Amino acid sequence: MALDKNGIAKRIAKEVQDGFYVNLGIGIPTLVANYVRDDIEVEFQSENGVLGMGPFPFEGEEDADIINAGKQTITTLPGASFFDSSLSFAMIRGKHVDLTILGAMEVSENGDIANWKIPGKMVKGMGGAMDLVASAENIIVAMMHTNKAGESKLLKRCSLPLTGVNCVTKVVTNLAVLEIKNNQFHLLERAPGVSVEEIQKATEGTLVVNGEIPEMSI
Amino acid sequence: MINKEVKNVEEALKGVKSGMTLMLGGFGLCGIPENAISQLVKLEVKDVTCISNNAGVDDFGLGLLLQKKQIKKMISSYVGENDEFERQMLSGELEVELTPQGTLAEKCRAAQAGFPAFYTPAGFGTEVAEGKETREFDGKMYVLEPAFKADFAFVKAWKGDAAGNLIFKGTSRNFNPNMCGAATITVAEVEELVPIGTLDPNNVHIPGIFVQRIFQGKDYEKRIEQRTVRQKQ
Repeated sequence: MALDKNGIAKRIAKEVQDGFYVNLGIGIPTLVANYVRDDIEVEFQSENGVLGMGPFPFEGEEDADIINAGKQTITTLPGASFFDSSLSFAMIRGKHVDLTILGAMEVSENGDIANWKIPGKMVKGMGGAMDLVASAENIIVAMMHTNKAGESKLLKRCSLPLTGVNCVTKVVTNLAVLEIKNNQFHLLERAPGVSVEEIQKATEGTLVVNGEIPEMSI
Repeated sequence: MINKEVKNVEEALKGVKSGMTLMLGGFGLCGIPENAISQLVKLEVKDVTCISNNAGVDDFGLGLLLQKKQIKKMISSYVGENDEFERQMLSGELEVELTPQGTLAEKCRAAQAGFPAFYTPAGFGTEVAEGKETREFDGKMYVLEPAFKADFAFVKAWKGDAAGNLIFKGTSRNFNPNMCGAATITVAEVEELVPIGTLDPNNVHIPGIFVQRIFQGKDYEKRIEQRTVRQKQ
């Protein structure tokens, strides 16, 4: 069965390692924080200026001055710090953040990503996404494999305006875990009960299937 | 001590005219200069260019200026959550220059720090880099981005003193420190204007040299955009 959003977040959480500083994008990536093992030390960075983000506050304890990049009220953990936007992006551009997890509308087989604009329909802006994808060496994209019309979002070439080029290394979807290298999607894992054929059908870009593809454990 | 204190918001915004370029601190509605924005509405200045990460919501923040059609151009990184903004942009009434968030912050900081421009990897290969100079360093491509030029910067701090020293709270810091000294005149509004000598010099985030005018703000609404809570077990 294909994963739901929480399933995708659970699988991505397994990529988070001890000692990592992690930036989580809006949407599915935000859910990843809920599933990170509690026997490892991880700090979450939010580009609006906080390191050491904690869970949402209890009702009545919200502070308008403490929010995340999704403008949600949050708390901080012991050891947290606040900083200005320039310093925040120094952490990102300077490759001090170990892992970036973000959503996408399209990803292509050469690692391009599009997630900020649909010409004529939606223009919300790129926020920090262009800085993140241009700098991070370890980028995981969390997305649904196909759009609502059933069309593949893993393409040969992105059709939407790009956010970054040649930057995505790993994609976790509701159907599969894929690695991008040599301008191809390499199938690493299948969602429980999902066949290689189903994944092949849902992938427009070049899909490489080497040997037996294991099911994800989540 | 050089005294930067002005009596009120009217005095603080003296000299603001139609057609000017204004920087405004804040991320979403967090840390926005609420008093300065209200005064800009009252002054009825037109055709201003606003440099601000976001454009407020329909009825608060920069949304108030959008309602009155006072803004000619917005330079921002993210402009969701504002229907009037979207309407004006799609109809062509409003000019919009979308800029990656880190680039936006650095264009402020470059102006503050005296750099005319800088290279950043953000936006290379995208429409953001169109028409801009690009250059390779150590095998990676970068885009040349110029510093901002602005007439006024409006920032909001938690505490400040008459010398213009500022301390920010939580994530309301965001773009505010980067905009201090990045425009011809920087106006700081503070929740608490404390007596000179009260702020510990070790804990000052922005030294007064970057601020030309400071005033005690009032009636802060500090609206929360996305109230998210968890239940007590």
